[in-house]
Amino acid sequence: MLIRLISGDRPRSRVLTALLLAVLIALLAAPFLLPGTRPLNVAAKVAVFIVLVASYDLLLGYTGIVSFAHTMFFGIGGYGVGIAAAKWGTGWGALAAGVVLAVLLSVVLALVIGLLSLRVRAIFFAMITLAVASFFQILASQWSAFTGGEDGINFKLPAALSPGNRLLEEQLWGADITGRTLTYYGVVLGALVLFLALLRIVNSPFGRVLQAIRENEFRAEALGYRTVVYRSVANGIAAVGAAAAGVLYALWLRYTGPATTLSFDIMIDILLMAVIGGMGTLYGAVLGAAIFVVAQNYLQDLMKLASGALEGWPLLPALLHPDRWLLCLGVLFIVCVYYFPNGIVGKLRRN
Amino acid sequence: MQSNEGAGAAVVIGSRFDWWPLAILAAIMLAAAPFIGSLPTWVTLTVAGLAMGMMIFIMASGLTLVFGLMDVLNFAHGAFISVGAYAGASVLIALKVSLLATGADSTLWSNLAALIPALLAAMAASGALGWFFERVVIRPVYGDHLKQILVTMGGLIVCEQLIDVLWGADQIPVPVPWTLTGALTFGDIAVERYRVFAVVVGAAVFLALWLILSRTRLGLLIRAGVENREMVESLGYRIRRLFVGVFVAGSALAGLGGMMWAMYQGSVTPQMGMQVLVVVFIVVIIGGLGSVGGCFVGALLAGLLANYTGYVLPKLALGSNILLMVLVLLWRPRGLYPVGKA
Amino acid sequence: MADAVANSLLTLAGVHTHISQYHILQGVDFSVARGGLTMLLGRNGAGKTTCLRTVMGLWRASKGAIHCDGRDITHAATPELAHYGVAYVPENMGIFAGLTVRENMLLAARQGPPDDQRLEWIFGLFPAMKKFWNGLAGNLSGGQKQMLAVSRAIVEPRALLLVDEPTKGLAPAMVAAMIEAFRELKSKGTTMLVVEQNFHFARSLGDDVAVMDSGRIVHTGAMAALASDTALQTRLLGLSLETHQ
Repeated sequence: MLIRLISGDRPRSRVLTALLLAVLIALLAAPFLLPGTRPLNVAAKVAVFIVLVASYDLLLGYTGIVSFAHTMFFGIGGYGVGIAAAKWGTGWGALAAGVVLAVLLSVVLALVIGLLSLRVRAIFFAMITLAVASFFQILASQWSAFTGGEDGINFKLPAALSPGNRLLEEQLWGADITGRTLTYYGVVLGALVLFLALLRIVNSPFGRVLQAIRENEFRAEALGYRTVVYRSVANGIAAVGAAAAGVLYALWLRYTGPATTLSFDIMIDILLMAVIGGMGTLYGAVLGAAIFVVAQNYLQDLMKLASGALEGWPLLPALLHPDRWLLCLGVLFIVCVYYFPNGIVGKLRRN
Repeated sequence: MQSNEGAGAAVVIGSRFDWWPLAILAAIMLAAAPFIGSLPTWVTLTVAGLAMGMMIFIMASGLTLVFGLMDVLNFAHGAFISVGAYAGASVLIALKVSLLATGADSTLWSNLAALIPALLAAMAASGALGWFFERVVIRPVYGDHLKQILVTMGGLIVCEQLIDVLWGADQIPVPVPWTLTGALTFGDIAVERYRVFAVVVGAAVFLALWLILSRTRLGLLIRAGVENREMVESLGYRIRRLFVGVFVAGSALAGLGGMMWAMYQGSVTPQMGMQVLVVVFIVVIIGGLGSVGGCFVGALLAGLLANYTGYVLPKLALGSNILLMVLVLLWRPRGLYPVGKA
Repeated sequence: MADAVANSLLTLAGVHTHISQYHILQGVDFSVARGGLTMLLGRNGAGKTTCLRTVMGLWRASKGAIHCDGRDITHAATPELAHYGVAYVPENMGIFAGLTVRENMLLAARQGPPDDQRLEWIFGLFPAMKKFWNGLAGNLSGGQKQMLAVSRAIVEPRALLLVDEPTKGLAPAMVAAMIEAFRELKSKGTTMLVVEQNFHFARSLGDDVAVMDSGRIVHTGAMAALASDTALQTRLLGLSLETHQ
């Protein structure tokens, strides 16, 4: 039954299974295991980014397309919620409407981009998505009246989800159970459902056709599959996944803005997570997101310590400076592309 | 309808028969005049637009050639731009102290004595980085576009971080030689000296490229190679060596463009390459992947449009390049001067 | 037998070629006699083009050996082969559409500007080349492009010519011009390996013939023998080549 839940996509490695379970348990038990706002923030971000990177892996690893517009859809999801809350109040209806509109916009935009530019070569497509995404970023930061401009939109959630809403009078296992906790579990369970849905998609006949197209486009065309259509649909699904992740993130932060969703830095982070975790595995997204987000928040403290300790040495303090963690990741990323295209997951599976 | 063969055929340097893109360029310059209103402003904006376009062209020309000839998409081109700018700026800063080369009491010759080494340093640094990149980073992934995009993206990130390490993350002001500052005045009309300089340099680069491509055997090889690599090899030419040469030249051009851009902005930052990369990509797409002539016209269009809209419709200005790209692609899906292969 | 090998300019022995997961050439053995014209015939998909491309180094042989003039060229790089005097005229002609006819010829003439006498000879064979000398190659008609492709291959003397379907899509008048050109080349002592579907062309010019099927050579021999044996033709090529005018 468990196998059917993950659509038959066995981890195929004991270490991997253990790590995946560890992540799952950590996410589910976070409010109780790690009390405090920061760990919970990290956990929620991990959940959101698992969906974000997994949906990107569908595109990159399974269909073989590089797109730079993923953060754009992430933003559409976030802004859908934010704008709906700002314009239509904080009821459940408004929220639902915002989500639906965001998803619809994502699908339409993704299909349009796909059908127009997936006929051309990969490089063209990559550059065009870059241009479109940066246009969207400009639009979001300029159209202040609608999108709140550079500052973004702060909004409130329905009363049930607000932090002030105490569900239980006393603490449960050492933690306050408030609307915040509800929101947290909404995010994590939402992420779980979305991830399982993605697993189902990549392990379906549709998913297999995508992989066939990635392997050998000419052959797939010869076999009768209209590759442009398949790729566009994959683009659409990935866009919806990103938008959904955006919705979850906005719900958690109660905020949406260009810096948290549309920035190119996030796009780079997604690429790093997907490749280092393992392209074409989906489980790679889980590991990649978990490692990345945790490191982003805690490793930098470690590095600051190390950098301070190596004060007198030439260059080393500069190289270990917490801002340089991107340098380390960048090098790791390049190494992975050459030698470990299936990233950590691939390495674990080979052993 | 002039034959598509003809339009596509004069390949890298732009068709001798296809005047439409140039006509559009001229038309835009004329059409903007009534919206701007005053002649002096129009002149200022037009020169600014042309100058910006020229600098973008210098930065983009290398990318389009590399892409056309080698089918390699190099995201790290942004790093070449940044590194060139930093190398050139470092030379200028060093010389500023020792040669009094850039201050108000410097002469044209002392300015040139500072400027030329700076520009050469920029080109040398980027060229060297380009050589390293071609050998170590890109060669293992020839033919695999997906990996190329990823690997060069990674290279860009690493380079930007290294610049951060070596020079720091803050903006560093660039001392521009005195003779290039200030403006020339013709009655009511004021034209910034630096912009004229940029136009001259850009035009010189274009002319040089055009001459090499159309009059030399090397140019012949490059044009043929852009169309059909295999056939050039079958004729007995070791195109691999040509690749390296073109890649290094393209990187050096990126460095030159970066240096020019840095002097224009007055400062360098580690992200400058990445920031200008989107415009460079747009210009390469507009021009037609592999077409130097198309890149030239595309860059000028982009520069002019950015400046005109900045004055007439400021809200639109940031997105003007992308709108330009959409419009051009709707008219000619493969770029202004498409090259041989699809 | 040793005689034949010694007199051959090009020899293929047990050559296999794989293209991704497809095993195209499955053990090709034949040789091309020095100074002669060998026709490579066979059904579509038999592997004839792959054979030429493997010799030229554009595809890599996974097994076997190829010798040219005593030299082992099995894994030689394509530019090297051109330096050994091998010229290749591909099926899609490979002319550079964006360059003029003159520039195409200039590129092909590696040792410097083409010899005037040689050019006059080529103009005599293919007058269109002179007429469109400064025109863009992309504007030529299909037949003229074929002629340019062949002209390029012969702008300087070459030891071995590999030609892939020189008459494909040509009008009968142009086929005649092509036959004449190849005949003159033969008289100059150029060795040629030609893939051809047009049997009239094959019969007029071929000295020897090699027939391919499913990646292997299934028959070698003199052209005259094959031309007079219609039963053999039908068996090897699926239909009588007479009808393939």
